[in-house]
Amino acid sequence: MNKILEVRNLSKIHGRGCPQCFDTTGPAQDTNICPHCGSVVAAHDVSFDLYAGEILGIMGESGSGKSTVVKTLFFDETPTAGEAVFFDGDAQYELFSLNAAQSRWLRNHRFGMVYQNPHLGLNFNVSAGGNIAERLLMSDIAHYGEIRSRAKALLARTEVLPERMDESPKRFSGGMQQRVQIAKALATRPPLLFLDEVTTGLDLSVQARILDLILEIQQELSTAMIVVTHDLGVIRLLAGRTLVMRYGRVIEAGLTDQILEDPQYAYTQRLVASAL
Amino acid sequence: MEPILRVDGLSKHFQLHEQQKLIPSCINVSLEVYSGQLTALIGPTGAGKSSVLKCVYRTYLPSSGRILFFDAKGREIDLALASEHQMLELRSREIGFVTQFLHCLPRKSALDVVSEPLVARGAGRESAREKAAELLAMLNVPERLWGVPPATFSGGEKQRINLARGLIARPRLLLLDEPTASLDPATTDRVVEPIETIKAEGVAMLAIFHHPELVRRLADRVVELAPPVVATELLETCAH
Ligand SMILES: Nc1ncnc2c1ncn2[C@@H]1O[C@H](COP(=O)(O)OP(=O)(O)O)[C@@H](O)[C@H]1O
Ligand SMILES: Nc1ncnc2c1ncn2[C@@H]1O[C@H](COP(=O)(O)OP(=O)(O)O)[C@@H](O)[C@H]1O
Ligand SMILES: [Mg+2]
Ligand SMILES: [Mg+2]
Ligand SMILES: [Zn+2]
Repeated sequence: MNKILEVRNLSKIHGRGCPQCFDTTGPAQDTNICPHCGSVVAAHDVSFDLYAGEILGIMGESGSGKSTVVKTLFFDETPTAGEAVFFDGDAQYELFSLNAAQSRWLRNHRFGMVYQNPHLGLNFNVSAGGNIAERLLMSDIAHYGEIRSRAKALLARTEVLPERMDESPKRFSGGMQQRVQIAKALATRPPLLFLDEVTTGLDLSVQARILDLILEIQQELSTAMIVVTHDLGVIRLLAGRTLVMRYGRVIEAGLTDQILEDPQYAYTQRLVASAL
Repeated sequence: MEPILRVDGLSKHFQLHEQQKLIPSCINVSLEVYSGQLTALIGPTGAGKSSVLKCVYRTYLPSSGRILFFDAKGREIDLALASEHQMLELRSREIGFVTQFLHCLPRKSALDVVSEPLVARGAGRESAREKAAELLAMLNVPERLWGVPPATFSGGEKQRINLARGLIARPRLLLLDEPTASLDPATTDRVVEPIETIKAEGVAMLAIFHHPELVRRLADRVVELAPPVVATELLETCAH
């Protein structure tokens, strides 16, 4: 198996920060707000490896820093400290040392992101097909007919009716918007996909369909994924390995079934027990 | 002959922080499993039989002892210490587990649930489905159920889907946790044949059977676990 991503000591502080920020926050301190300077330590010392084709889950309660991790890796936010290396065939990128053009290129071609809020991932001023075309245009395809047929095939794959490809996703149901977002993220066949609470707030039957779809795609394309969710059911279904976060720190990591059936820390035991 | 699995002094206890309890499970278990043979674990409820299987699969983290697995390349791997990626690799290629309850995707048909392990290993969908159909017929699962998701099946039907899924991939080591618990005697009888078949093909099995009769018919070795020990109160303050 090949490593596709290596994250080391990733930290993110919101606020001006001070030398006490890290020592005064975390699970033992029961807060992520520094009492000295009032900054929020959204993530600290997060390290993990991701292998090609695997799904890593990040779970934890709201505010624990899950989104911060994927947002920094997708260049939505700038980390305060840490390193991340993306291995792409023979190439290798230090994600936090790239210039704007390089990071934009990776975002558009080699990474995909599906947000909980479809507004962040989709442009509601253009049609569903247009959303996918936008992403394809940023890659190397420029022929109109080809773009249109690729967009159609992608939407069909994510079970969006082709009749609706010329409509704005504004009028789509929540589940369908997520499927358009997935089609868009997949348009360039990225080897790495980030999924941030993609089924949160949807009906259970709609959720099930999206989770199935994600697993099918992962099998077909061997896309490596980081799945962020507070929903243990989603973690159980999708992720082979899981990180548990609290107050910005990874407090426990392991095989997903082990984390759920034999959690080692009091916090994870409580989290799992309360989800039963 | 060398075993494919050698468990050496395995113990498992659960430390429940909230309740301040230490729950003992299996204690000092040693056993061997050979290719083409079945080792049966017996003992009263609560003795830790399921825990042994889960420690081998690393669903539970062993508390002490060694779990030596000899992989297809002849390497000796201590499953108690193997990396997570190493375990995932072994699970997908060499070690299968038929757990007591079936976990599967809600929308997938029984046939697809059973063929999944083969497809994941790169088999074509159609040939995998043919194999799955063969197994389901052998296990007496009515054909009208094959196209339906197992979520609505009876306990016994689900159990056979789960067993078929474990058998289809022919792992080098198969762990079986009470695969016949909710089957009637006639159906239990149907389970013997496919288990004997994969045994003859060289699959090693570590199994827990609800029916003592199956132990007699299928086991080459029997390991008996001691009765359970009571939980103890824990005096500790913990950080998390
Ligand atoms: N732009 C921001 N400014 C200040 N605090 C923020 C900002 N973004 C996130 N945070 C805080 O960082 C912490 C981690 O947030 P987030 O990564 O979104 O958590 P999660 O995804 O686990 O719910 C939270 O306490 C959140 O309020
Ligand atoms: N995940 C777990 N968390 C806490 N205790 C457990 C867990 N799994 C098993 N146990 C305890 O370990 C002991 C042995 O259980 P088990 O391995 O299921 O035994 P058996 O399969 O022989 O009935 C029991 O006391 C059980 O309650
Ligand atoms: Mg979030
Ligand atoms: Mg048991
Ligand atoms: Zn501070």
